[in-house]
Amino acid sequence: MAAEDNVREDRANEAQGAGPDKPGRNARRQDVTAPALGFTGMIRWAWTQLTTMRTALFLLMLLAVAAVPGSLFPQRAANDAAVTAYLENNPTAGEWLDRFQMFDVYSSIWFSAVYLLLFISLIGCILPRTKKHAQAMRTPPPRTPARLSRLPEHGTLRLGAAGGGGHDDGGAPSSYEARNSAMRRAAAVLKKRGYRVQERPAGEGGAVASVGAERGYLREVGNLVFHISLVGILASVAVGGAFGYNGQRILVEEESFVNTMVSYDSFSSGTAFTPELLHPFSVVLDDFEVTYDRDTTSSFGQQIDFEASVTTREPGEAPQEQTLKVNHPLRIGGASVYLVGNGYAPVVTVRDGNGDVAFRGPMPAVPQDSVFTSLMVLKVPDAQPEQLGFVGLFLPTAGEANGVGISLDPSPALPQLQLNSYTGDLGLDDGTPQNVYVLDTDEMTELNSRNLDAGGLVINPGETVDLPAGKGSISFDGLQRFAGLDIQYDPSKAPVLVFATLALGGLAVSLFTPRRRVWVKVSDAEDDEAAGPTMEYGLLARGEDPRLSHEATEIRRQLSAAAAEHRPGTPGEDQE
Amino acid sequence: MLPVINEELGAYSDMFMLLAAFAYAVALIVFAWDLAKSNSTIRAIEEDVLRTEAKEFATVGAPDSNPYASTGGAQPPRQLVDDSMDYTAASGTRGIARIAVVLTWLAAVVHTAAVVTRALAAGRVPWGNMYEFLSTGALLVAIVYLLVLLKKDLRFMGVFVTLLVTVMLCAATMGFPTPVGHLVPALQSYWLIIHVSIAVLSSALFTITFVASVMQLMQHRRQAKLEAGGRDIMPFLRLVPSAGALENLAYRINAVAFVTWTFTVMAGAIWAEAAWGRYWGWDPKEVWSFVIWVVYAGYLHARATRGWTGVRSAWLSIVGYACLIFNFTVVNVYFDGLHSYAGV
Ligand code: HEM
Repeated sequence: MAAEDNVREDRANEAQGAGPDKPGRNARRQDVTAPALGFTGMIRWAWTQLTTMRTALFLLMLLAVAAVPGSLFPQRAANDAAVTAYLENNPTAGEWLDRFQMFDVYSSIWFSAVYLLLFISLIGCILPRTKKHAQAMRTPPPRTPARLSRLPEHGTLRLGAAGGGGHDDGGAPSSYEARNSAMRRAAAVLKKRGYRVQERPAGEGGAVASVGAERGYLREVGNLVFHISLVGILASVAVGGAFGYNGQRILVEEESFVNTMVSYDSFSSGTAFTPELLHPFSVVLDDFEVTYDRDTTSSFGQQIDFEASVTTREPGEAPQEQTLKVNHPLRIGGASVYLVGNGYAPVVTVRDGNGDVAFRGPMPAVPQDSVFTSLMVLKVPDAQPEQLGFVGLFLPTAGEANGVGISLDPSPALPQLQLNSYTGDLGLDDGTPQNVYVLDTDEMTELNSRNLDAGGLVINPGETVDLPAGKGSISFDGLQRFAGLDIQYDPSKAPVLVFATLALGGLAVSLFTPRRRVWVKVSDAEDDEAAGPTMEYGLLARGEDPRLSHEATEIRRQLSAAAAEHRPGTPGEDQE
Repeated sequence: MLPVINEELGAYSDMFMLLAAFAYAVALIVFAWDLAKSNSTIRAIEEDVLRTEAKEFATVGAPDSNPYASTGGAQPPRQLVDDSMDYTAASGTRGIARIAVVLTWLAAVVHTAAVVTRALAAGRVPWGNMYEFLSTGALLVAIVYLLVLLKKDLRFMGVFVTLLVTVMLCAATMGFPTPVGHLVPALQSYWLIIHVSIAVLSSALFTITFVASVMQLMQHRRQAKLEAGGRDIMPFLRLVPSAGALENLAYRINAVAFVTWTFTVMAGAIWAEAAWGRYWGWDPKEVWSFVIWVVYAGYLHARATRGWTGVRSAWLSIVGYACLIFNFTVVNVYFDGLHSYAGV
């Protein structure tokens, strides 16, 4: 019913002599187009419409179109900052786009509506087809058509005088037993070629014995497995995703990360997530190594390889030393840890106006380009009497172009800090969360910058520089690296992989399994009864089948071989 | 350990690539010449066919009619190639087309040398950036075409296939010239070998079906016109099989390509899981791979939906290919996303 407008079915039926519009179907189609049937009639009509091939095709096309805007506009789920920037640059258009959920395409009402309708249609399609196919697998192959010569591939074999039971001397019509045994041999041939066969022997004195055979039931099975697996994928994503979490953390060498909510720099989770789902483990970054390209001129100096040596701990287990690389995540207790970035963390000491150490330690700087010119922001809320702030660049290999400091190479050959300094109120006390990589200078006074007499701070490793007006000092003590980690838990992964593999297998089976019907008839030749029995065969493909004629040739060869074997000394006589 | 880069060998590879592009261009011209000369070819084949037919007609009867070719009343010009696209005795008369095929083989050999030296120079598989996707992809298109050509007479596609291959090589060498180099860390994975090779293979297959679908539409228009009693608008299409045969050819290859594309997307998702920590994130490249997948799924549905076979499904196949090209060019070059390291 669901695939009522399936041309393949039509063609197969037509070829066999049954028109596509069998009375039963026709009647059903009529009440489909006349929906004056009250409420339930309307519902049924809508359901039938939704589950037609045409609707499925339309919804598929709609899905393709609906997916496109997500690639044209930045998406909140992937890159929130890009969306904010877009809205700032295009305030009017942005507002309208946002109203139509163009920045949340894949969770939008309209996108969800399309795929949900498609999947309802899909389920409405799968159920009746599964039922129908379960019946078809139990139904014997269809009755033998009256005239096999109407089929796309057909032919006749003369079995010869003694073709049957072998006791005739030729020149006489064959016995019905002879026809039956020839028919059984044909059935055996077909069975061996993977057909399901039904033998239709001639009754006593009957003129015709025939075999009905069909193969390719797996085609529909594959097709159903494919479509059902699609539902499985969607369900797994919906259910599994709800329990998942993911978060990011920047980890400097020698630092350790413990998997609790407070350890994350940023964190997000599914709707069914609870903190108990956080797997108890910890990771210490022991060392971070980078290999630079020194072989080519085109990408000289670029990072071509990096790896983190880490020590992981799980409760009740001995610490483990592991390597973490791009493409080689750590799998710990159900969660996965990915290496998604790296950079430098200059180690600095800041003394305040009172001469006390207000900050000491590594401060990760955000790489801005391929030579690792890095943005550094340092907030020192503990400085007395006034808070201090620093913003500027870290250059791994410092150089100069047009009077501006630039990095010449990403490796730390000539590291240097170039900073501006500020004093005043960092604005951290009112409790509003702040971006650690942005210094809010509204309530601060500039102490050092290129525009001031004091100039900017330029600090080489080991140096200490005093801030103007006795506000304190800053020293560049050393250099460490940091690794950007992404920690992920997504329980949908395994079921999605299983369903996707099933879908792929089902698809291949469905597309490459030919569905064929074969009939073989044994009767006495019409033109010349005395010539003994003849065997007629006919093949019908259901669906496009380029190998049908090859199959016909092969079947013909095997049928005549079987006949010849039964009649030693007389080679099977072939003729069209 | 990271491989050593051999820049000198890389330079040789570049030279072979240019030579190959040149050879394809020459093959293209010869294929075009074959089409342009189709009138005299057709006459020669026709005479040949008439001669053999006169001999056979008595025994065999009228050739099997197909829904496109059969017409009542006045006999329209018959197709001069076999719908099963087998080589026939008459095929031998197409000397120029034969030269073109030989030239294409020659180009493919030089092209193979270029790709292989590139791989050796970089010490890795030759598909790590746009230049390499294009040049290796073009080689696969040529090889798939030449291999099919061994069994089936698809010479009618020659102009289009060599044109596409030449354009791909020109785009690679002029649009995305990239010296041999190391892979960025994200690409250092055996999934690069699996995912990208199957993606390139699928694209090559889709390229062939695109050509078949375009020719199907042209042939369809011509046949419709003929059936309506009109003039033969594109006589060179007599050297091309009927629209129905082209549709079936496109379907068969599209079915294979759809399975390989499904695998490409799956392998991509597995790789994305290992590299970026999520198997699907609607990155622009992922969006478009999905769109392509859905369009070709639509195509396969259309082939089974009443009222959607023939012309409409051919258009879907063409739209799918347009999306594929879009994904490869515009998305790679202009869209920001995790895939944007693809070498531009
Ligand atoms: C998520 C959406 C869907 C996708 C991605 C999809 C994909 C496909 C693909 C790739 C094929 C060709 C491979 C094969 O023959 O097995 C196919 C076939 C088929 N699909 Fe779907 N499909 C979807 C939804 C539906 C729906 C809603 C229906 C019901 C109306 C449906 C009915 C069919 C039928 C009947 C066939 C077999 C066609 C034939 O006779 O060869 N599909 N589908």
